[in-house]
Amino acid sequence: MKLSYYPGCTMKNHARNFEESTLFSLKELGIEVEEIKRWNCCGTVYSLSADEVMHQVAPVRNMIRAKEAGADQLMTACSMCYNTLKRANQRARANPEQLSRMNAFMYDEPIDYQGDVEVVHALEVVRDKIGFDAVKKKVVKPLKGLKVACYYGCLLVRPREIAFDDTENPTSLENLVTALGGTPVNFSHKTECCGAYQTVDKPEIVADKTYQILTAAQDQGANIVAVSCPLCAFNLDHRQETTLEIHPDLHTMPIVYFSQLMAIALGGDESVLRLDLHHTPPGPLLTESGLL
Amino acid sequence: MTAHITRHHLRNAFVTKVQRLAGQNLMACYQCGKCSAGCPMASYMDILPNQIIRLAQLGFEEELLNSKAIWMCASCLACNTRCPKGVRIAEVIEALRQIELRARHEHLKVEDIPPEVLSKIPPIALIGSLRKFTS
Repeated sequence: MKLSYYPGCTMKNHARNFEESTLFSLKELGIEVEEIKRWNCCGTVYSLSADEVMHQVAPVRNMIRAKEAGADQLMTACSMCYNTLKRANQRARANPEQLSRMNAFMYDEPIDYQGDVEVVHALEVVRDKIGFDAVKKKVVKPLKGLKVACYYGCLLVRPREIAFDDTENPTSLENLVTALGGTPVNFSHKTECCGAYQTVDKPEIVADKTYQILTAAQDQGANIVAVSCPLCAFNLDHRQETTLEIHPDLHTMPIVYFSQLMAIALGGDESVLRLDLHHTPPGPLLTESGLL
Repeated sequence: MTAHITRHHLRNAFVTKVQRLAGQNLMACYQCGKCSAGCPMASYMDILPNQIIRLAQLGFEEELLNSKAIWMCASCLACNTRCPKGVRIAEVIEALRQIELRARHEHLKVEDIPPEVLSKIPPIALIGSLRKFTS
C-alpha cells in the first residue's frame, strides 16, 4: 500500500524523532509512504474567522500537490498539520464559492483543486488500514514495563468534525499501546490542553498545565507519556525545565511520540528513535525495561 | 462589576461585527457556564468565557477589547465541543482578537521575543503564536 505523505515543518527539525520513527514503523507494517513534492506550510493553526479565506489557501495548496502525485489521500502524523489541513479541506468542500476564490488566487497552479483529497492521520492509518491485531503480530519487542499515559491533546479530537475518535474519551492510542505489549493507564487528562502556542510568550502558564497533566499521569500510575503533536511534546517535555522552577515537586517523566513506541516494539534501533532530541531522557526507563 | 445597559449597547455595530467575524449567533447562549467550567485557561482570565459571551451580547466593546482574557485562549476548542447550544466560543474570542489585530494592535511583537527563546522553540509554536497574535 502506498500513501502520499505531508511532513510539515517541525517534523523536519525539532521532531525528527517523530518523523524517523513514523516512517520506520509504517514501512515495517507494509505501508510505503511518499513525501509530496514542494509542500508548503499547513498554516499551523486554523483560522477561526468567518470572513477569512486567505489563510485557507496554504493548506489547500497542499491538496493540489497530493493530486499531482496522483493521490486521493494525504497522510500526516503531526496533529496540528492534520487539524489545519483537514479543516481547511472541509471548509473548501463545504463552500464551493470560497473554493473557487482560492482556485482563482492560485491561478499559477496547473490544476484547480476539486475538493477530492482526503486528509488522514498516521494513527488512523495504523488503526484502520493495518489494524491493531496485525500490528500485534509484528511486535518483536513487547513494551513490557511501560505504563503509558496516552495524551491526545486537542487537535486530534476537536472539533468533532475532524476527529477520528471520540472527542471526550478517545481510545485509539490505548488500543495501540495494548497491541504493542504495553500497559495504558486510565488518564483523566488525555484531552486537556497543554497551553499550545501560548508557550512562546506565556511559558509560566504552560508550565502550570504541564505540571497538572504530568502529575495526573503520575497519580494514575504512568511512567511515560505518549503524544502525537510536536507542540504538545515541546510543552510537556522541554517545558519540564520551567515547570520544575515553578513547581519543584514535579515528578519528571519521559514524553515520547506514539510512533516511537511503535518503532521500539517493531524492532527499530536508536537511529530511528532519535532519543537525543528529548529533554527528559526516555533512555533510563527504556533500558530498565529491557527495550534498548 | 456594575454595568449600565442601554439600547445603544444592545444594537451597536460592535455586536454585529463580532457576530459576523465569528459566524455565531451570540443570543443562542443561555449562560450555563459549561465553557468556563472546562476551559484550561479560565484561571488566568480576568473575564471568563461565558462572561465574554454575555458582554459581547450586550455590546461591551471596551471591556472586551481591553481584557486580558481574549489573549489567554489557546484555541483548544473544549468550550466549542461542549456547548449545549452549539455556540463556538473560541470563534467569538478570535473575532475579538481580530478586531484588535486588524487595527494593527499587535499582541505579540517578534522583536520582543528574546533570541534564546527563538532558538529553542519549535517552528510550530512560533508560527502558531504569530498567526494568533499578530496582524
